[in-house]
Amino acid sequence: MPDINLTLNGQAVSGTVENRTLLVDFLREGLGKTGTHVGCDTGQCGACVVHVDGVSVKSCNVFAVELDGSKVTTIEGMANADGSLGVIQQAFQDHHGLQCGFCTPGMVMTAAALLKENSDPSEAEIREYLDGNICRCTGYHNIVKSIQAAAAEMNASPVAAE
Amino acid sequence: MPKDSGIGASSKRREDVRFLTGKGKYTADISVKDQTFAAFARSSVAHGRINSIDIAAAEAMPGVLAVLTGEDFAEVGGNPAGWLITSRDGEPMKEPKRSPLAIGKVRHVGDAYAAVIAETAAQARDAVEALDADIEELDAIVDMSEAIENSDNLVHDEIGTNLCYDWGWIEDNKAAVDAAFESAPHVTSLELVNNRLSPNAMEPRVSIGDYDASTGDYTLHTTSQNPHVTRLLIGAFVMGIPENKLTVIAPDVGGGFGSKIYHYGEEAVVLAASKKINRPVKWVCDRSEAFVTDAHGRDHVTKIELATDKEGNFLAVRTETQANMGAYLSNFATVTPTFLHGTLMAGPYKTPHVYVNVKAVFTNTVPVDAYRGAGRPEATYSLERVIDKCARELGIDQLEIRRKNFIQPDQFPYTTPVALVYDTGDYDATLDKVAEIGDLAGFAARREASEAKGKLRGLGISTWIEACGIAPSALVGQLGARVGLFDAATVRVNATGSLAVMTGAHSHGQGHETVFAQVVAEKLGIAEEQIEIVHGDTSKIPFGMGSYGSRSLAVCGSAIVRATEKIIAKATKIAAHMMEADAADVVFENGNFTVAGTDKSKSFGDVALCAYVPHNFPHEELEPGLEESAFYDPANFTYPAGAYACEVEVDPDTGEVDVVGFAAADDFGNVINPMVVNGQVHGGVGQGIGQALMECVVHDGNGQPLTGSYMDYAMPRANDVPSYVVDHSCQTPCTHNPLGVKGCGEAGAIGSPPAVVNAVIDALQSGGINVTHVDMPVSPSRVWNAIQAAK
Ligand code: FES
Ligand code: FES
Repeated sequence: MPDINLTLNGQAVSGTVENRTLLVDFLREGLGKTGTHVGCDTGQCGACVVHVDGVSVKSCNVFAVELDGSKVTTIEGMANADGSLGVIQQAFQDHHGLQCGFCTPGMVMTAAALLKENSDPSEAEIREYLDGNICRCTGYHNIVKSIQAAAAEMNASPVAAE
Repeated sequence: MPKDSGIGASSKRREDVRFLTGKGKYTADISVKDQTFAAFARSSVAHGRINSIDIAAAEAMPGVLAVLTGEDFAEVGGNPAGWLITSRDGEPMKEPKRSPLAIGKVRHVGDAYAAVIAETAAQARDAVEALDADIEELDAIVDMSEAIENSDNLVHDEIGTNLCYDWGWIEDNKAAVDAAFESAPHVTSLELVNNRLSPNAMEPRVSIGDYDASTGDYTLHTTSQNPHVTRLLIGAFVMGIPENKLTVIAPDVGGGFGSKIYHYGEEAVVLAASKKINRPVKWVCDRSEAFVTDAHGRDHVTKIELATDKEGNFLAVRTETQANMGAYLSNFATVTPTFLHGTLMAGPYKTPHVYVNVKAVFTNTVPVDAYRGAGRPEATYSLERVIDKCARELGIDQLEIRRKNFIQPDQFPYTTPVALVYDTGDYDATLDKVAEIGDLAGFAARREASEAKGKLRGLGISTWIEACGIAPSALVGQLGARVGLFDAATVRVNATGSLAVMTGAHSHGQGHETVFAQVVAEKLGIAEEQIEIVHGDTSKIPFGMGSYGSRSLAVCGSAIVRATEKIIAKATKIAAHMMEADAADVVFENGNFTVAGTDKSKSFGDVALCAYVPHNFPHEELEPGLEESAFYDPANFTYPAGAYACEVEVDPDTGEVDVVGFAAADDFGNVINPMVVNGQVHGGVGQGIGQALMECVVHDGNGQPLTGSYMDYAMPRANDVPSYVVDHSCQTPCTHNPLGVKGCGEAGAIGSPPAVVNAVIDALQSGGINVTHVDMPVSPSRVWNAIQAAK
């Protein structure tokens, strides 16, 4: 079984995986990072979204072995250094962008990817970008609002957006 | 000024911090030392006879620890129906036994007939593939009418019929209802389908069974909305485990919408397997498995008739419904189409005569049970659709026909002809409000703008009511419920004045940890941060019935208030003792106990400390400590109501429907946290739009599900729904619970589907296309076909 080394949320981690081990299973079972969720088995729901080398990826759709040497960021790596909520996370709390919280890690990671690509998205652009993320609780209204608020906050104080 | 804490404040949710940082603890996140994994062998045919199951090859696979089949459960009880329904002829419903693993026959695709336990999940799955089951395929029973007529082919041979019950409500009123139809100047009738839905909480079900041979204790971690109910079902009915030997823990749960109320066979299997191999056993459901095992919702076929005079005054309503039970009776399947549906068929209207008939039918499909709204969406849809059709036939405005039939504010309490007693309401107020927030005055201009783009624009109205906050145990007991429907809370004040509240209600997205704390903070005049809400673990919480039916705040919230009142009563005695005053002279205000007319005062924290440092207590009169419990059984259901307005644009060339506006004006009585209430409505409306336009579980003629993943089952995504305009400022507080609250969880899913479909019909009619009905989901192809047929 292959050994892999990668950087997870800024820290070097390693492990031994089967060839068939999915990234999400390596994160959850191998590394005990259970913030990344599994909501489906067809790559449709987005509960598992993480960033690999700065790009959002459905971690149920890649094998862990493929990621040897990569930088992976998960929801556990999204808070500020002092542990307080990051801008996007804080916007989700302020605007009630989550209910059961199960889709939330994927939503936050997807929102972060969107705002990196497009710092001032319209409502339509946000809804379009969330195409790969399903939420059953919120009806999306407050998720959209949260992302708009996060964008506004980041644009008002670019340092915080970092 | 909006408040910033306590009742009425939009307090930010404390639970969000752990969910937003990946620190939530859902059942799948829990690893128990030495755990093993279960995988299930599931039927690939809808109906089949199990001739044999050869487990030898599977047992020999790497890592396999045990293989269980139905025979392992032959001696234990079955998973019971929670509600006994009596048929019109006085006979009790038919209630076939439901074993955790199928015995003798498999009855739907996905029906589990064996389980493999192995060291890893992958090994367990691999071994399932190695099982050699000889299952002889039988003709599948899929269509409800055929199921009723065809008594040669039975889902359950031992009951001799596919008809579970034939229920009439209220049977004694039938003759009067029929007579009203005979003499009615106008009758509108409509046949419609309430489409089968898959609940799709985003967290799939997970169960971990852990048997401790040294103590004989079982622990079950499971995705449940009601851990005590699950414990009762497993302990008392299915496995015969004394409740003191079984702990059920439902930690963070990722949504339920009804689907996690029920006890499922997998829970019994992981417990039994854990005992057998003396190690913990974990099972994590796949989404594909969830589609064929989580109880589905709805699936009614209904004929509804509305009798009116020429002016549109309602004279009578009559319905005939076939309700699909699926292959087995899930725990609350039998009550959903009856007492949660038939009793709502009066709606918010003063229709004098109503009769409802429901035939519940077994088919070779996944079991059907309560899903967000449970029966009330079905009732509301039938009623609001037929009213819309009637208004069109009589040429009456859709708001007007509702207004002239509303029960008036001075008529409460109002007894309906289907036996509910509405306590309060003001249906004109919410209809006025939705006209305002939905800017109905501006609709004509918006329609013109749409038409200029080649689109047809429609406005759909629905005015809904529900009976929720279920419910008075005495009433539901008379009606056949086999459970009580109270709830419970324990308030434990710590020595330093902070406190923990243990609740029977379970939070799986509703925000109880925040909202319940707001209630207690308000009552005790202390900060919300000093209050901890504990839920989900039967070893910690009092016996409550859990969360469903929009009941958490109305029922458990009331228990919390009662327990808090007991705390205040006892603390008042302690304060009186401390201040050497008569308890009758001590008043509690803003967190302080004061002797009236003096400057003597003690804070809540001082009194709490004294309760636990009772150095000079008069022990005959006053016990140390400060902890109280209350069990609250409501006097009645609560009756939230509201008015919804939906605007759609229909592309007449493609049949595509776009929801371009949605306004919801609800009366939930008093509101504790407006932000949370808005979120509940958003979510419910989103699910309702999903039902109306997109979602449907489809089986082919052989009972094969065609919608087994998110590739085929159309879940609403962000782009499929609009921004919603919601309001809950119309408030007629509930008269019989201490908070005056009514419940808001299901509202959106109840009121929205008819508003959407009415809007589609309105759009088509506005283009001169005479379509009077399109069944849900109102997909582009259905709309397009309806347009072609009308040409
Ligand atoms: S779990 Fe990865 S998309 Fe659903
Ligand atoms: S918050 Fe529950 S699925 Fe999105």
